[in-house]
Amino acid sequence: MDSDNNKPGNARTRRRYTTTRRLDKMFVELASVYRFIARFFKEVWFPPYEIKEFIKQCYEIGVRSLPLISLTGFIIGIVFTNQSRPSLADFGATSLLPALISVAIVRAMGPLVTALIAAGRVGSSIGAELGSMRVTEQIDAMEVSATNPFKFLVVSRVLASTLMIPALTMYTTLVSLLGGYLNVHQNELTTLTTFFYQVFDAITFLDIIASSVKSVIFGFTIGMVGCYKGYNSSKGTEGVGKAANSSVVTAMFLIFIEELLIMQVINAIRAF
Amino acid sequence: MQAKETNPNIDLTEKVISIKGLKKAFDDFEVLKGVDLNLYKGENLVVLGRSGTGKSVLIKIISGLLQADEGDINVLGKDVGKLNSKELDALRLKIGFSFQNSALYDSMTVKENLEFPLVRHSKDMTADDRDRVIRFVLEAVGLSQAINQMPSELSGGQRKRIGIARTLILKPDIMLYDEPTAGLDPITSIEINKLINEVQRRFNTSSIIITHDLTCARAVGDRVVMLLDGQFQRQGTFDEVFATDDERVQSFYNYNFID
Ligand SMILES: Nc1ncnc2c1ncn2[C@@H]1O[C@H](COP(=O)(O)OP(=O)(O)OP(=O)(O)O)[C@@H](O)[C@H]1O
Ligand SMILES: [Mg+2]
Repeated sequence: MDSDNNKPGNARTRRRYTTTRRLDKMFVELASVYRFIARFFKEVWFPPYEIKEFIKQCYEIGVRSLPLISLTGFIIGIVFTNQSRPSLADFGATSLLPALISVAIVRAMGPLVTALIAAGRVGSSIGAELGSMRVTEQIDAMEVSATNPFKFLVVSRVLASTLMIPALTMYTTLVSLLGGYLNVHQNELTTLTTFFYQVFDAITFLDIIASSVKSVIFGFTIGMVGCYKGYNSSKGTEGVGKAANSSVVTAMFLIFIEELLIMQVINAIRAF
Repeated sequence: MQAKETNPNIDLTEKVISIKGLKKAFDDFEVLKGVDLNLYKGENLVVLGRSGTGKSVLIKIISGLLQADEGDINVLGKDVGKLNSKELDALRLKIGFSFQNSALYDSMTVKENLEFPLVRHSKDMTADDRDRVIRFVLEAVGLSQAINQMPSELSGGQRKRIGIARTLILKPDIMLYDEPTAGLDPITSIEINKLINEVQRRFNTSSIIITHDLTCARAVGDRVVMLLDGQFQRQGTFDEVFATDDERVQSFYNYNFID
């Protein structure tokens, strides 16, 4: 081996060193994510239960998201219906619109849109809140007063988001369908009962179960990511911004990956 | 600037904190390089040192927020590094930690801040009992009127007081003050100094006070130690510590009183 290569300042060695260092860092991060999630499942079962904080978070995550979710869901219902009409009209099949809307919204758009909006609204606010509590030593203050900050902050928020995102999803789905109905009613003069008869005819029990399971997973992801990023936020004011920002980006990325995976699984079950 | 009258209740035979050979590094950066320290019952010990010398790290290790790399840290007869989380919590109930920036929970009112440790640790207390204790500690720090305010509505000095009240509420044996007067005007600083001495007398605590404010050091310290280059270099009463030719100690003294 030529001696020049072993010099610490050598460019190639340095590059190799940075690469292994990055890999190291990645595995350390993975391990800490794993420990964080494991700690959640360890602590969620045992008292003390922070019920007041849990209810407060349910309100924050669920009720406070309603205005944005209602508007978005409704508009998506209208727009999606309107944009799908021409392609069905080409085959003279506009009577199939309710069925099409139903499948698209219940299976995919309801859960996905809700999760993405929640990732933006809820994920960033959890990340920022816990991040600033970390930076201003409020989490340390809980720890030294012998109260468990993980239970108070993390468990309550993750549980609330795991519960509220599915509820919001159901709500979004309904509002979107209503938007779709308005558009169909305007153009095809379909009545409400006929519309919803066709909607429920098009979907199966499996669809509803799959959507619910999916949104539970999305809700867990959003809460977990926000809490992890905030709880482990770096010191300094920019740590808070980073925590909020990367909560949203990471949660959205994970949601898309999960959506793809779950879709594969469900399709396999459906084909079975 | 008046030197403090030494507290007659100090018991030099009982060590509440005893640290030997404490070392702590972050990555390759050695912050504490072998610190020895004793805190006796009833005394106010001032730790002086420049910014970044590891004063905050020291008390975070004492309260188990950070782990030491080496050394024995004995607090109230317990080896802090070897406790499980339950034992550590039990120990922490006896330690009050007043943070450098107060660390009040800013989503809660003053009352909820004070209640937070109380509802979780004194479960047999009724709401009335809790109210009484809260009013008592608020009165002790002189801020009874702030009970329903949010931390964001308080001044820096008031926040410090509430922070101290929140630690007093669990009746600690040991108080750790991290820069209690930093960022406060001289008059408010003097009030905080008085409060620290009053806490010592009234609640019978042993305290470590971290500061680089020499007025505070002189006013509250029964004993003063100085942290230099990761070790305690000087210790004694305030005047003894500064009776030296050591340039680093002298410059610390001089710069504090430039005006
Ligand atoms: N969690 C941490 N991770 C990495 N480095 C840290 C950490 N905590 C402290 N340090 C480093 O240790 C050194 C001492 O920090 P510390 O906060 O104890 O200083 P200090 O003496 O309290 O100063 P100040 O008077 O400014 O509060 C600093 O250089 C800091 O960068
Ligand atoms: Mg400090």
